[in-house]
Amino acid sequence: MSMNNQGRPSGSGEAFPASIATISGDRGLDHEEGLIFELGHGATGVDLPDVQISDARLGGARRKDAIGLPGLSEPEVIRHYVRLSRKNYAIDSGLYPLGSCTMKHNPRLNEKMARLPGFGDLHPLAPQSTTQGALQVISQLMNWLTTLTGMPAVAMSPKAGAHGELCGLLAIRAAIAARGETRPRILVPESAHGTNPATAAFAGFTVDEVPAKPNGRVDAEALKAKLGPDVAAIMLTNPNTCGLFEGEIVDIARAVHEAGAYFYCDGANFNAIAGKVRPGDLGIDAMHINLHKTFSTPHGGGGPGAGPVVLSERLAAYAPIPLLVAGKDGLRLIENAADAPDGAKPFGRMCAFHGQMGMFTRALTYMLSHGRDGVRQASEDAVLSANYILASLKDVMSAPFGDGPCMHEALFDDSFLEGTGVTTLDFAKAMIDEGYHPMTMYFPLVVHGAMLIEPTESESKHSLDRFIHVLHTLATEARAGQTARFAGAPHLAPRRRLDETAAARKPVLRWKPDPLKAAAE
Amino acid sequence: MRYLPLTPDDRRAMLATIGAPDVDALFRDVPKSAVVPLSAFNLPDTQGELEVDRAMSKLAARNVAAGAVPFFCGAGAYKHHVPSAVDHLIQRSEFLTSYTPYQPEIAQGTLQYLFEFQTQVALLTGMEVANASLYDGSTATAEAVLMAQRVTKRGKAILSGGLHPHYAETVETVAGLFGPVERTPVTPGSAEDIIALIDDQTACVVVQSPDVFGLIRNLRPIAEAAHAKGALLIAVVTEIVSLGLLEPPGAQGADIVAAEGQSIGNGLNFGGPYVGLFATREKFLRQMPGRLCGETVDAEGRRGFVLTLSTREQHIRREKATSNICTNSGLCTLAFTIHLSLLGEEGLTRLARLNHAKASALADRLAALPGVELVTDAFFNEFTVKLPKPAGPVVDALVQKGVIAGVPASRLLPKDKAAANLLILAATETNTDDDFDALVNALKEAI
Amino acid sequence: MSEVRYTDQHEWIRLEGDEATVGITKYASEALGDVVFVELPASGKAVTAGGEAAVVESVKAASDIYAPAGGTVTTANSALEAAPSKVNEDPEGEGWFFKLTLSNKDEFAKLMDAAAYAKFVESL
Repeated sequence: MSMNNQGRPSGSGEAFPASIATISGDRGLDHEEGLIFELGHGATGVDLPDVQISDARLGGARRKDAIGLPGLSEPEVIRHYVRLSRKNYAIDSGLYPLGSCTMKHNPRLNEKMARLPGFGDLHPLAPQSTTQGALQVISQLMNWLTTLTGMPAVAMSPKAGAHGELCGLLAIRAAIAARGETRPRILVPESAHGTNPATAAFAGFTVDEVPAKPNGRVDAEALKAKLGPDVAAIMLTNPNTCGLFEGEIVDIARAVHEAGAYFYCDGANFNAIAGKVRPGDLGIDAMHINLHKTFSTPHGGGGPGAGPVVLSERLAAYAPIPLLVAGKDGLRLIENAADAPDGAKPFGRMCAFHGQMGMFTRALTYMLSHGRDGVRQASEDAVLSANYILASLKDVMSAPFGDGPCMHEALFDDSFLEGTGVTTLDFAKAMIDEGYHPMTMYFPLVVHGAMLIEPTESESKHSLDRFIHVLHTLATEARAGQTARFAGAPHLAPRRRLDETAAARKPVLRWKPDPLKAAAE
Repeated sequence: MRYLPLTPDDRRAMLATIGAPDVDALFRDVPKSAVVPLSAFNLPDTQGELEVDRAMSKLAARNVAAGAVPFFCGAGAYKHHVPSAVDHLIQRSEFLTSYTPYQPEIAQGTLQYLFEFQTQVALLTGMEVANASLYDGSTATAEAVLMAQRVTKRGKAILSGGLHPHYAETVETVAGLFGPVERTPVTPGSAEDIIALIDDQTACVVVQSPDVFGLIRNLRPIAEAAHAKGALLIAVVTEIVSLGLLEPPGAQGADIVAAEGQSIGNGLNFGGPYVGLFATREKFLRQMPGRLCGETVDAEGRRGFVLTLSTREQHIRREKATSNICTNSGLCTLAFTIHLSLLGEEGLTRLARLNHAKASALADRLAALPGVELVTDAFFNEFTVKLPKPAGPVVDALVQKGVIAGVPASRLLPKDKAAANLLILAATETNTDDDFDALVNALKEAI
Repeated sequence: MSEVRYTDQHEWIRLEGDEATVGITKYASEALGDVVFVELPASGKAVTAGGEAAVVESVKAASDIYAPAGGTVTTANSALEAAPSKVNEDPEGEGWFFKLTLSNKDEFAKLMDAAAYAKFVESL
């Protein structure tokens, strides 16, 4: 028998003591990575000719000083951003239960379609005869959005949810002005997203808060009492930010209309009811649809999004430019108010060009893939999954609004942590060590220490069960006084808790060269 | 449905745990009459990936991609070559499918690139601080005017006639609610007398350079005149590559720079999504709109990054926020940052010189055509020519010859008779001599 | 001889002669968390009782500070701009916000005294 005496040990060996620092500072797959400015060394990641030019046509405005950008080759740039990417949590790697944010699966077909040269490499001001396919995409998407919402019109250009809110309120403002009235006040429930009051102020209105009832719904009687000739609109989220359906919505809409006001609905939670309930049937006048939530265009670390706004008959005429019309030569974009068709009274323009086309192609691809039946099934599965979590955790965590079913998100408050010394923040951060992104914390504001969980329809039962098991155990341990894992969590993430106080007291918002080093050079 | 993991058995088991007879029981708060049957939606049913790919590709094929023909459109969106590494990196799951970095311990990737982005934007524009992006250049300009109104506590905004008309309309739509917005007359190819309009009610003057006709504007005298009256100068840049060659607005006295970042890292996408760049002086920091990323340390003293100064923002300040913006241009900022990292100092300055050289060569060739007059004598990669006849029909005629010749000024300024014969053309590193030949030959015939 | 009164919005006001000093209470500074920024009124600014006079910010919250009584601002505590942490360290001393001359001392007299405020806080 011949023996290879150079065999390597194949057992798992001893655990690496956490107290030993590595030589490199890296830890296995978790690399410490400097800023691109610290890594640059005069290389380049592109090959471009070194063309010399005269100053004759530069109007005396030629740059005198260097910009200060670092130089790196392509492999260095790729390694840098790949290393950074590994410090991020993502839907693709795990359940992402951020309530109100709708972190559902992002199909890759959508990415592929958005990158077809006919869409991705199309100029917004190319002659319209060369962009008919793009106009068809917009037209088809408009048909999906108006059909799913039961609304007659839609403004496509708003670039995100908050931009859509602004679009809706400006249409309302124009409609009120056309009646020869001034109505300065907007009613907003205290449970609303922060964007609602911010948008109302942005559009020149004052904000009047409407309280919530103990059951988590808006106080319809208080709301009606606040209606009057100076009220322009109410802004209501439905399903609301507590994950509950506002059952009195039809009655509220009637009262709002009788008072001469308009009903703006924040459509952030449309994903709970799409394909099942049409907002138009509920008396809504305007609602934005976050294509990056309900129709799954990727969140991309904070954007881009898209926020088309569906409009009722009463507001349709005021939609901003551009407008899409069908003519004898196919579809045509009306880009100037002066060219608006009869009856259209556009209030203005939300942005340059025509909106978030890259998001439109993705959203339409999503819709064509799902179909109406898939859209409805997705809504039902999202609601089913949230209720499954609520039902499975309510024995150890505290649900503030009792046993009734929720819509697409399950809300808990911090009363189950009372006396444990564990805060909502500690609880959430402990989830990071367990491999989960925390839920939305401290929102909505109407609930103390809120924890809002939105599983979406993208999770398998196995995934939900595992998540429930982790949360159930965390809650049980916290209540039993086993709090070691909560203090100072997370312990196992690329970073421990960060000093946000220091960041805000002495803001450092950009890299600057080390002055000593710069002087030496 | 391939995207939905729950099976009918799973659903039954979950309903049993919940104690609900069926899924409709979970919708019991919705008024019965509001729940409609599937047949209420006149829309198609689920389709496989192959069928959807086919349908979408058919629509895409009805468009003429910029890369498919000799192509010269600019006017706020520019055709540039984006290195392959950019699109590969931004499609990494951890970037593409993450949310706003509200949990910094597990979002350092996003936060660090935002910090790099803010630094790059500040360096390029010559300003002290930049935010983590707004939607696009036009909305960034509107936000800049609103910020100037807050800072100066004055209402009036003066917009240069050379500001992209879509930008001007966007500003008028929102800032017009808080004060008068005046636009100076359009003077293609020459500077206007904007200084005469500045008075002690003026919050800001908004000047684009290079302007919508491609003209490079001298911001210094306007900055001085504005500051003398206590007003701010907002500089707008729609072609950010120009700052690889031209003096940055910060060096010319701008108080706020609002810019479109599409040219670096981002495709044309028929107008969006793009990336709004926003930079200003440190003293106006607290009046800034949008997210900001800042450096700090973690519990073990290691450097890390967080979203900071959030009390300016809607989720905390609500109706007193500096803006209502929430979602921004996240992934487009990443594309910008990666492309600019690949370019570096040498790459960007070379790219900028190359663009100017191309445009300059094209301008010479067009100006040599009989009846064609070069209107802009100082420009970066975009300029305006006056044709002997209306530019709109000429552009349409050239489409038939397989050339997309540029943007007729009348498309942006339909009411301005003086604009009728003007054609705005951009030339970038993507244009070849063959493109120039095709354009010159086709144009010669059309006029 | 100085006298201190309190509001139900958790401001304190100390009257010395004709001049009053205003700040936020220890209770408020603890509820806010680490103060990271203050916005102070310009001297000469006229304020009314209950009107917005200053802003205090922590990392996750921003709160208006109301003038407990009407008058004219004489000085603001500019030391807070560089060291907002003083609001946490010594809210009822070095962490004061501004001083003002009162236009109507009756407004001061109507505010809660220390005992009433302590009782008020206990009821929250």
